[in-house]
Amino acid sequence: MSLRVLIVDDSSAMRAFVRAALEVDGAVDVVESVSGFEALRILPRESFDVVIVDVNMPDINGLELVAFLRKTPQHRTTPVIIISTEASSRDQERGIALGANAFLSKPFEPEELRALVARTREARGDGRT
Amino acid sequence: MTTEGDKRDALRDEFLAEAQEIVESLSRDLLVLDQSQKESSIDPDLVNEVFRAVHTLKGVAGMFGYAELGRIAHQLEDLLDALRLGRVELTQEVLDVLFEGVEDFQRLLSEERTDGGKDERVSRSSRPQTSAGKSVAPSIAPPPAYLPPKPASAKPQEVDPLSQLDLDANVLAVLTEYEEHRLRTNVQQGVGLYRLRVRFSLASIDASLEELKARAKPVGEIITYLPSMEGGDGDHIDLDVLLASRANAGDLRDLLVAGGDAILSEITIRRDLKTPVPAPMPGGGTAEVQFPRPSAVPSETDAGVPRAPAELRDLSADQLSLRSVASTVRVDIRKLDHLMNIVGELAIVRSAVGRVTERIRGRPELRQLAIDLHRVNRGFERHLAELQDGILDVRMVPLGHVFDKLARVVRQVAREHGKEVRLSVTGAETEVDKLIVEELSDPLMHIIRNAIDHGIETPEVRTDAGKRRTGTLALNAYQKGNHVVIEVEDDGRGMDEKRLRETAIQRGIATSESAREMSRDEAYNLIFLPGFSTSASVTDISGRGVGMDVVKTNIARLGGVIDVQTEVGVGTKFTITLPVTLAIINALLVRVHDRQFAIPIAAVQEAIVLEKRHLRTVEGREVLSLRGSTLPLCRLTELFQLQRPIDDTVRQFVVVSSLGSRRLGFVVDSLEGQQDIVIKSLGRSLSQVRGLSGATDLGDQRVCLVLDAPGLLEEVLSATTDLGIGLGGYAS
Repeated sequence: MSLRVLIVDDSSAMRAFVRAALEVDGAVDVVESVSGFEALRILPRESFDVVIVDVNMPDINGLELVAFLRKTPQHRTTPVIIISTEASSRDQERGIALGANAFLSKPFEPEELRALVARTREARGDGRT
Repeated sequence: MTTEGDKRDALRDEFLAEAQEIVESLSRDLLVLDQSQKESSIDPDLVNEVFRAVHTLKGVAGMFGYAELGRIAHQLEDLLDALRLGRVELTQEVLDVLFEGVEDFQRLLSEERTDGGKDERVSRSSRPQTSAGKSVAPSIAPPPAYLPPKPASAKPQEVDPLSQLDLDANVLAVLTEYEEHRLRTNVQQGVGLYRLRVRFSLASIDASLEELKARAKPVGEIITYLPSMEGGDGDHIDLDVLLASRANAGDLRDLLVAGGDAILSEITIRRDLKTPVPAPMPGGGTAEVQFPRPSAVPSETDAGVPRAPAELRDLSADQLSLRSVASTVRVDIRKLDHLMNIVGELAIVRSAVGRVTERIRGRPELRQLAIDLHRVNRGFERHLAELQDGILDVRMVPLGHVFDKLARVVRQVAREHGKEVRLSVTGAETEVDKLIVEELSDPLMHIIRNAIDHGIETPEVRTDAGKRRTGTLALNAYQKGNHVVIEVEDDGRGMDEKRLRETAIQRGIATSESAREMSRDEAYNLIFLPGFSTSASVTDISGRGVGMDVVKTNIARLGGVIDVQTEVGVGTKFTITLPVTLAIINALLVRVHDRQFAIPIAAVQEAIVLEKRHLRTVEGREVLSLRGSTLPLCRLTELFQLQRPIDDTVRQFVVVSSLGSRRLGFVVDSLEGQQDIVIKSLGRSLSQVRGLSGATDLGDQRVCLVLDAPGLLEEVLSATTDLGIGLGGYAS
């Protein structure tokens, strides 16, 4: 079964980076969302193995999205990775407090993302590939 | 099949495209900030937008290993963060630093685009801590005065106003640092806080959101939107909008709850100070977050909650779930060039079919077949024209892209020279071929630098002359038929015709006699000649080795012309006329001796029969009297040294070419109709030949040379020497 990932980021270059990093491993289905609002539309109807969220987005920020995910029945346990810049440890702490499983600081290498995605899936206990 | 290298290139292109977009919008926003700073009405949303743009740029630059770009973005980000958090005041000096940053971004990005590989990218692991090589740091590092040390936090003895809010801790937990700051600032300033619960249809959420923003903007500031699961069903979502406003609840309700279905409640500010500042919840990845339920919300039911129009609600789940908000794609211009070439080839095929049809028509027994074929070909032609228009339309970009860049130049040059200049722009939405826009920015920049440096006077001089202190530079663009006209007009000192003539004599460009005989227009056009400069002293901005002659050449290369009008003491206006696209042109085919030439129809005013009795010779140049005016002639046989016995009994034609205010007649043997042609560049041997801009394939194995009408017009009208251009052994 292939890995299904949602990346929510208003930067198209960042989405392309995440897609390129994850698609190296073969059977990965990366769904892109350009905003928190678009993610709201996608999330209640879809399931994902991992959701990757940028914290600093206009309108609905990444933290609000994490809180929303944890309120959505089918996403109560979906692994969530938040992405922020190195300086915003405050936002990282808050994201974890709201229920994100892990955070990544920009800049990061593709390998770091792949390893983190693998770890968060294992932690959830369904590390099938 | 795509290789790893292709993927890397695709990623790099993605980065460059986004970075360019960010820098362009950054530049636009800074210009608005510049204006609003002068008017002391700074919009915090805009400052935040600028911060966010730089923040995103820093993030992606880091991700893609662009250390230098990332470093500059980081410095600007610190400054902007201090600005948006109110620690630094927005002054002209701060704006200077920001504008310089934009220039640095532009430079780094264009370097990256041109040299591709040998850039400043370094892998993060080997990235030096100190900046290596070409550092722009000194120009960009904000003076320490702008950046007071960040306070560790709110002073302990002060009560955090957020703790006084009757707001659920879970709301505060999801605010980013900036949102928290805006909330705090509003509370401190005594602005009222409201919670607006709205229900949006998931299918139309973007439109509803924009509408809400538009209505809320004039009366307050939206701090954030909190999505809630409560009360939402599969098709809708409830949002708690946190709004700061000085308006009273009643007015806000009238404005935002128009139909009576959204719910507005006021968030009270408690005066007891017991509630602590909400801290992030400790550890653990499973915190349950309760979203606030305003007490006014009656129940889980839909009652009293706005509904989307029925047609939008009825969309099935699959239809709406994965649809992207972004409905645009970025396309490499080369792909469009390729498509355009194919259209060109198709146009050639179409002409060939047309000729075959003509041949068939000549055979009585195939007449019906010829008629059918003709009809089919007409359909083909129509659709081909639509296809061509469609592709051309995709290539078009608004001139605003280059105008934004110029606005920065105006600001910078004016400041450097102590001039006060107001820029007025009209027609920024006028669209031109992407390639033309790219090539326009240098010539326009030069004209603008000249206008500010030499044209617009200092405020003191202006005041003494009874003019307004602030000079005006107008950039106007509009479409005129198949052309786009761009005017650059200043209200400065203008150019003195007499001085132009004197300078021309001094520089050996004209004799005192020819200078005296020159018409006014000819005198003004002297500035476009190589080696001509009117400024008494060469300042740093005009002494860059690029003169107006280069501007003129660059514009002529785009198939355009430049004219100047000026009046002493009143100002100068440059008018640039350009074709809308370069990709495909409609041309008049002419024959001279045994060769065919194509003359761009844009450069053709009319074609007439050459009446020998109207021929005269003026100053050794052949001219034609045409309806009372004199038209200089250029015989293509002579120009290209085509050997041909002179036979005065054969009827000849004159193609009158006009660009701007000047005209020239090309003498040809016959006119052979109009055709759309795709210009291909000339091979090596012919690329140096003056008077030709390219070649085209007419579809029957005939190669046809395309006449560089603007270039010839220029050359013939200014030349006194022999213009013979040998085509050598070129075979048609």
